[in-house]
Amino acid sequence: MRNPQLNDNGELQHLLTLDGLPRDILVAILDNAAPFTEVAEREVKKLPLLRGKSIFNLFFENSTRTRTTFEIAAKRLSADVVNLNVSTSSTAKGESLLDTVDNLCAMQADMFVVRHAASGAPFLIAQHLHQQGRDDIHVINAGDGRHAHPTQGLLDMYTIRHYKRDFTGLTVAIVGDVLHSRVARSQICALRTLGVPDIRVIAPKTLLPTDIEKLGVRVFYDMHEGLRDVDVVMMLRLQNERMNGALLPTPQEFYKVWGLTAEKLARARPDAIVMHPGPMNRGVEIDSSVADGAQAVILPQVTFGIAVRMAVMSMLAV
Amino acid sequence: MSNLDAEALCATLVELIRPHVTPATTLVGIHTGGVWLAERLHTALGITQPLGAIDVSYYRDDFGSKGLHAQTRRTDIPFRVEGADVIIVDDVLYTGRTTRAAVNELFDFGRPARVDLAVLIDRGGRELPVYARYCAHTLPVSLPPTQNLELMCSESGQLNLRVIDA
Repeated sequence: MRNPQLNDNGELQHLLTLDGLPRDILVAILDNAAPFTEVAEREVKKLPLLRGKSIFNLFFENSTRTRTTFEIAAKRLSADVVNLNVSTSSTAKGESLLDTVDNLCAMQADMFVVRHAASGAPFLIAQHLHQQGRDDIHVINAGDGRHAHPTQGLLDMYTIRHYKRDFTGLTVAIVGDVLHSRVARSQICALRTLGVPDIRVIAPKTLLPTDIEKLGVRVFYDMHEGLRDVDVVMMLRLQNERMNGALLPTPQEFYKVWGLTAEKLARARPDAIVMHPGPMNRGVEIDSSVADGAQAVILPQVTFGIAVRMAVMSMLAV
Repeated sequence: MSNLDAEALCATLVELIRPHVTPATTLVGIHTGGVWLAERLHTALGITQPLGAIDVSYYRDDFGSKGLHAQTRRTDIPFRVEGADVIIVDDVLYTGRTTRAAVNELFDFGRPARVDLAVLIDRGGRELPVYARYCAHTLPVSLPPTQNLELMCSESGQLNLRVIDA
């Protein structure tokens, strides 16, 4: 089957998921992101790469940080950015997803950045564009349902590479609400592609998908055991808005057993880094002393995220 | 082409620039050949301001057709560009498009007081109004577009120019 993310020359056409993304393209994105980190230090924080391109941020689900970092990335590349908060617009009036897309194509869009509560929505748009013969328009998945959040996964890999250099000797633990997390899926795919030998997930059984082991991870239910000697701790947000049903007793209970405290972090290697995709629930999945501590790299993640998104956009918009 | 002794041209370029060097003079090399050359000039001319390097990939006018493929290097301007006296250094002057891109990029760091261009060799074939104030050698007959002139740097730091088919 044709990889829907690649064009006939094997180059990046859309960024939909890190699952099945060839290693050389993944590494090329990280390599291309590096020089973009320096743009913020210039007098003029802009590069002319995407001058004249129109990028539409299509957010069918609320997000401030992700939308903002995509917007900053596009603007630093000199693109014109249009933000559509679709939850309050035509969709609310009954317009279908693909009708919305067709209308924006008629407005000469060059790229869509899509967030949607339904897994597969960005893929549907990419497929539709291909059927319409609009291979000149590119799609970036900014998070779809429980499926994937590829730019978050990429910025996490960039952050790990920045602090740890080499992936092939690392032990990485992903902690928390894996069940509802598209971030965790993207992280696991990327970590495997980059050759991380020991990937662990630590979570209560009710917040783990069945058969998660098949993704090539080791499962731990106990923080003290799972965090032993890890190099990287990747915390996940407890997704209260996606919880329906009694998956957890209370947030306080969760914090007591699975919240990252300084005492639990002491089980990891002394030079371990702590990551979080944000927004954080302090006192639920992470303690403030850890979130603000010397091992946290949560704010650098945000900064790197802009450079990584600039790299993806400039690789797509040929 | 007997005049393509890069080391001799480098020495000529040093002497061309030397009378105009002031304590405010700064050098910025264009990756990759221009950076090697700028390093040599920086030492030979005893320039006291730190050496800059520019990768013009993001500012090229053919980005749309070529895309972002090759590994880009970091642009590093370690001095204040506002009011600076800058000499942009490149190995070969051809269409002038690289120079235009470098000037555009430089101005995104501030407004220099003066910008000059120093090159080892001018191969002809200009497509833009670009002029090198310092040029060690101009080919009497322009090199045809089917050929490329490339600066190489050996492990020992020896500079070599060679003509290859494009």
